[in-house]
Amino acid sequence: MTSSIAFGPSGPGLVQLSRRAITRLLRVPALIAPTIIMPAFFIVAFTGSFDGITRVDGYPTDNIVNWVAAFAIVQSASFAGIGAAGAMATDMDSGFLDRLLVSPVRRVLIVAGPLVQTAIRALIPVTVVLLIAALKGASMPGGLLGIVVVYAGAIGAALIMGCVGLAVVLHIGNIRAMAIVQIVAFVFLFPSTGQVPIVVMEGWLQTAARYNPATDLLLLVRQGFLGDVTWANTWPGLLVILGGVAIFGSWARYELGRLRD
Amino acid sequence: MLARRSIVNTWRQPGAWAPSVVFPLMLAAVYAAQFSKATALPGFPEVDSFLQFILPASVLQGVAFNSGEAGSAMATDIENGFFDRLVTSPSSRISLFVGRLAGAAVFSAGLAAVLIAAFAAFGAPVKGGLLAGAALVVIASGLSLAIGGITLIVALRTGSPEAAQSMFPLTFVAIFVSSAFFPTELMSGWYQSVAEVNPITLIINPTRRMVISGFAADDFLAAMGWISVLAVGSLGFAYRAYLGRVRRG
Repeated sequence: MTSSIAFGPSGPGLVQLSRRAITRLLRVPALIAPTIIMPAFFIVAFTGSFDGITRVDGYPTDNIVNWVAAFAIVQSASFAGIGAAGAMATDMDSGFLDRLLVSPVRRVLIVAGPLVQTAIRALIPVTVVLLIAALKGASMPGGLLGIVVVYAGAIGAALIMGCVGLAVVLHIGNIRAMAIVQIVAFVFLFPSTGQVPIVVMEGWLQTAARYNPATDLLLLVRQGFLGDVTWANTWPGLLVILGGVAIFGSWARYELGRLRD
Repeated sequence: MLARRSIVNTWRQPGAWAPSVVFPLMLAAVYAAQFSKATALPGFPEVDSFLQFILPASVLQGVAFNSGEAGSAMATDIENGFFDRLVTSPSSRISLFVGRLAGAAVFSAGLAAVLIAAFAAFGAPVKGGLLAGAALVVIASGLSLAIGGITLIVALRTGSPEAAQSMFPLTFVAIFVSSAFFPTELMSGWYQSVAEVNPITLIINPTRRMVISGFAADDFLAAMGWISVLAVGSLGFAYRAYLGRVRRG
């Protein structure tokens, strides 16, 4: 899509670039479909495939949905975030990014535009997973606050992966970088408490999961499914989101600057 | 020549093939540590380790990743105009279609060999020895045609590399709803019923028996039979989409 965009120095540019990113998403059904279908599969597949693991000693719940829903939510949101990188890669391949770079739009908005789309896009899978989790008998003792932290954590995961994806795509320079971004998402999410608690794991994974920031993010999202929402379970996840966006957002901004040079 | 171009093109871009090797190995490492205690549960097949149990699933995953590359590359050819140039050239019209798939099949065979060697190095060898290992390589090649056909359908219909790439997660989840990562005996309800009839289960189970017990011609033929059914279906639709794009071009 190469429709004309009136670039303002800041705010209007962000609105235009975000709107373009969202319109593009809506106009290519093949892009929006996985955003809805994937999370549904995630929650169904994780709970269905590994249902038997709840029989292992130490698993904290007899309904696997209460544990795995958080993983499905964070993973779905992360893939929504990766969509920002895909959009950027397409813009690079088509030459649209080159035109943006010689326009008077602020560079930071070229990165921020896809991220706004990503944050909005993440709301879809989270809602889908929550609905399916409810249908599969998930509990939410954390109440409304539990749902709020679910959405906050999911948007955070989408923004982090969006920033990582943008940085990698801008560094490598084509659509094939997307495969690397998916690997990065995997490395971030899987060696964590996504599917089983640390006591059920064995070997190296126990240490990796303990120090993986994704474990803190999952704690933030999961707490409402298992009990009350507490500050102690909330702040580490928020810190991961703020730190992740700051570090990887700066990296993406740097890569964009390097590209222009 | 086009198949060679496809292989060389992939090989020259580690970003395109590295995930096919790294991703399955990493998932296997994580799952082996996460689910090793599950091998003691009643209903779990007798295996030396969880790592050995998921070797066929890891090969399948690598193939799925690699086959997505075939669709993505085709879409890139469409986007940058190479597809149109080839269609208007005096070469056979089917060559671009076959070339991409042949490249993916050769690459998948090599990928399977690398994964088998890596699992053996980490203490999960193929019990069926060289013959079973070779059977696994052939199965991987066949699977790449079946899965590659699906990504080609998306690539040819949309012309979008991004859309072709986005099919991988769907394939990944389809692998989940099978016996690839956990035995169907330990599943329950409708999910278990679906997993039991999922063609991937019907391919994985005989393949796994060759890994954990030894080569059997029946198992090999059963796996290849289901792969053939899938390949005929996906490639048929992909070829139809290909002809449609050629006509529109």
